Amino acid sequence: MSSHKPTVAVYKFSSCDGCQLSILNLEDELLDLANVIDISYFLEAARAEKPGPYDIAIVEGSITTPHELARIQEIRSESKTLIALGTCATTGGIQALRNFANVDDFANIVYAHPDYLHFLKTATPISEHVQVDLELWGCPVNKAQVIEVIVALLNNRKPSLPSYSVCMECKRRGAICVLVDKGIPCLGPATQAGCGALCPANGRGCYGCFGPFRDGNPQSLSTTLQSIERYPGETARLFRGVSGYAPSFRKTADAISANVKESK
Amino acid sequence: MSSNHRSETGSTIAIRKPVFNSILRRLKENGYQTIGPRIKNETLVYEPIENIDELPCSYITEQKAGSFRLTQASHKHYFDAIPGAQSWKQFLFPPCVDLFTLRKNGAGWETSNSRIDSPGYAFIGVRACELAAIQIQDSIFMRSDFTDPTYRERRQRVFIVSVNCLAPSGTCFCASMGSGPRVKDGFDLNLTELDDAFLLTVGSELARNLLDGIEYEDASAFMLTTAEHALERAAQQMGRTLDVSDLPKLILKNLDSSRWKEIGERCLSCGNCTQVCPTCFCWDAVDQMSLDGKTTSRTRFWDSCFNPGFSYLAGGNTRPTIASRYRQWLSHKLGTWKEQHGTLGCVGCGRCITWCPAGIDLTEEVAALRKEAR
Repeated sequence: MSSHKPTVAVYKFSSCDGCQLSILNLEDELLDLANVIDISYFLEAARAEKPGPYDIAIVEGSITTPHELARIQEIRSESKTLIALGTCATTGGIQALRNFANVDDFANIVYAHPDYLHFLKTATPISEHVQVDLELWGCPVNKAQVIEVIVALLNNRKPSLPSYSVCMECKRRGAICVLVDKGIPCLGPATQAGCGALCPANGRGCYGCFGPFRDGNPQSLSTTLQSIERYPGETARLFRGVSGYAPSFRKTADAISANVKESK
Repeated sequence: MSSNHRSETGSTIAIRKPVFNSILRRLKENGYQTIGPRIKNETLVYEPIENIDELPCSYITEQKAGSFRLTQASHKHYFDAIPGAQSWKQFLFPPCVDLFTLRKNGAGWETSNSRIDSPGYAFIGVRACELAAIQIQDSIFMRSDFTDPTYRERRQRVFIVSVNCLAPSGTCFCASMGSGPRVKDGFDLNLTELDDAFLLTVGSELARNLLDGIEYEDASAFMLTTAEHALERAAQQMGRTLDVSDLPKLILKNLDSSRWKEIGERCLSCGNCTQVCPTCFCWDAVDQMSLDGKTTSRTRFWDSCFNPGFSYLAGGNTRPTIASRYRQWLSHKLGTWKEQHGTLGCVGCGRCITWCPAGIDLTEEVAALRKEAR
């Protein structure tokens, strides 16, 4: 990157804002951050808006409305580097549950006049619509990883992000496996590290917030999890959670559902 | 009772169980942090202990492929609970270690090595398999041509109270590996637990001095015979067996077996087996740079050959499939390790079997390879 401070724009699509808040939560680093990047557009943090194009676009949220479909194209066309921030942006997020059902049914239950709504039948990751240069997973993202990505971009190198499962972080912190020790269903063995094994270290199973880890084996994990289900269908529901629309988790949950139908 | 006598190195004495507290106290007085098995969050961990009542008295562990349960036993034994996921590795080869920091200094860089933090540990209740694992890691981290300073610093100050293992679990196979259940050497004190006494074998001058003035009695012939029988029984009670007669050849001659692909379909590539293995020693160094680019610090983390990034080189992954990663792990552990370090890399503790969420059992896999090779 050249000697000028790179301009950064932070955008929100369909999401809870939690990932943008993770950036704002970088309290100790915010001043240093402002010294090295020019935060040109970040409505959650500042009123001032500088016009594009931008060096880096950080995009939170998934694409769920016709308006968002058009907006993401516009953003891509005026950004050099585009980062999808968080699990909504990388896999559709929890709102992608609609992809496995009829969204009109939900709208009719929730809203008195659903005809005023303009929405798509699916919630989809940014990468289904435009080219994404880097995906940062997490619900919310890990703020240390946000810093690592920015530092890597500033120094023109590849960011160092974990390529392994949550189990590795779990063991490093000395936590005892909830799956083996307590029979608690856990997606950790199929999920990408990054959270520091937050849930398993506190006695709960992993929900898969950071998405499937590359080259993992969720299919085999589903066999283990099905053997310890606490209620029928628990494993499929677990895979159809926050990262449920990620291809390998989707395939795993689909396979379980297909098997259940077959055996009926 | 002969409390005024000094025990000799190599000799075996008997103490009443509460007297062990005096030993713990003396270790503390001598600056040791006493670490032992204890129950936390309803499971077994290695943590500081001050008193023998903090040990998992009257507990055993039920272990099978992919399952660990701590359960209550009827007898009052302190050392019958076979360890859980944690091993002594975490103290000698810690999961995360700061190595150094670089600071920009004019046109150059200034290096400051991280201080090597080395409390003197006294390990209480090291089983034969675990002691064998420590000795294997010694040969890796304290080689004559290369020594890891963090490991050495910690290892040199360790006081080892080992224990003859009398209640093996369902995934144990140390008898097959020749590493247990009897402790052979490398201890300061070796303990055998009887119903109403501990037998202590003195293994070092350090231990002999530590026992000075402790209330003890000579181990009677009855006590020694009871211990001997208990050890023989333990060797017969291993939950698993592994035929090592044709290792490492069996593995190295069958690298193209279809079994690997079949294991690859079950293996999660999660890395749990390598993290709980007391001999696995792979690590990665990760640099963290400050936003202003003026400081960088390097940290060492436990890594694993099951991490897809572990074998990622320029141009791609040299072990792109899970099957190829499992084959790497097993063919190293029970194969090439021998050529590299003189022994097999497995001590038969069974952790990789118990803590595998998919329940993959290396003793079963080796047997299957053998059957297929026939």
